[in-house]
Amino acid sequence: MAKVTIKVNGTNQTRAVEDRTLLVNFLRDELGLTGTHVGCDTSQCGCCTVHVNGRAVKSCTLLAAQANGAEVLTIEGMAKKGKLHPIQQAFSECHGLQCGFCTPGMIMATAGLLKDNANPTEEQIYKGLEGNLCRCTGYINIVKAVKRSAKLLRGKAR
Amino acid sequence: MYALNYVKAKSVQEAAEFLAANPEAKLLAGGMTLLPTLKQRLARPTHLVDIAGLPELRRIEAKGGRLVVGAGMKHHEVATSAVVKKAIPALAGLAGEIGDPQVRNQGTIGGSVANNDPAADYPAAVLGLGATVVTTKREIAADDYFQGLFTTALGEGEIVVRVEFPLPKKAAYCKFHHPASGYAVAGVFIAQTAGGVRVAVTGAGPGVFRWSAAEAALAKGLKPAALESAKLDASGLNSDIHADREYRANLVRVMAKRALAKLSGKK
Repeated sequence: MAKVTIKVNGTNQTRAVEDRTLLVNFLRDELGLTGTHVGCDTSQCGCCTVHVNGRAVKSCTLLAAQANGAEVLTIEGMAKKGKLHPIQQAFSECHGLQCGFCTPGMIMATAGLLKDNANPTEEQIYKGLEGNLCRCTGYINIVKAVKRSAKLLRGKAR
Repeated sequence: MYALNYVKAKSVQEAAEFLAANPEAKLLAGGMTLLPTLKQRLARPTHLVDIAGLPELRRIEAKGGRLVVGAGMKHHEVATSAVVKKAIPALAGLAGEIGDPQVRNQGTIGGSVANNDPAADYPAAVLGLGATVVTTKREIAADDYFQGLFTTALGEGEIVVRVEFPLPKKAAYCKFHHPASGYAVAGVFIAQTAGGVRVAVTGAGPGVFRWSAAEAALAKGLKPAALESAKLDASGLNSDIHADREYRANLVRVMAKRALAKLSGKK
């Protein structure tokens, strides 16, 4: 067993878990943070995207033990005091989803993309979301939502 | 994934000693290949020895005509490093095209080079630039290091510490990436080095290889027409549901021409 302490959404969480426990299972099963989804479980779909020390990673392809001592941000940590994060707001406004299963991962990947590039072109958005799949193929509105997110974050939206 | 024991190494030496004492232990860096392999139960190590983040493996510097990249540097870090972009822009560009953003935030150059996936990108740069792989035991020239499908010159318990790239006059990389995985269906790295033109091909064969006919053709001048007649035997190339060997052979030629166009154009 591994004793793991991870700062999740600002709060230190310590658990004893099996060494082979994946970060996504730590978040979902140990902490009940089920907003982070398991889509493919083969590091392709990106539904499990969270931020570890500020960078977007696929939490199905990381052991909880590897994240010991790290800061993790999940979809549950995005909204503040009941107010949606601008990216969540943009996905809602643009209807950047169909079934919604990929949305938490899309939002965390978008947050990662916009951290590196505050005003991406459409081409850069495609590249930036390459690690995330929408099985409903709802990409048109997802890309719209990313553009809207960028505007909101830059304080340029009406 | 089978049950295993996770061990966080405090130094490269400690990791090497642990591997020597536990022959069924495996090194863990970014885990971008290893963890999916374990999840499919294709490997059953007793221990994972985590060397990610060890300070000894985390350096990027250009000195004495060489670019030194520590084995623990992540693809994103190499792609965005001002030092790499200035020294070998083609290497930064290659790192920025590996997999997807989440993979680039976690995978390392050391892991890629140690794993030697036949469709990985880094081996093309390491071989194409004639780099040196520095391990805990010795220095290995790229020409001796890569030995085909998932096989390298690394011995038991030998750990990649850094890769040293001699600075080329010019270099360029072009790949046809698989739309789902991002791996190279065919990727070609061309470098004009002090020792002549080097052309390394990844993705197309059972392991990264130098396309010697293209090197000979380009030695007379970096002209795309020279590549038209350069011999490439398709019989040794990979054939699978994604691309048959003749298609791959054609892709190699096309990617080589595109790399050459990049090389001849603005850097």
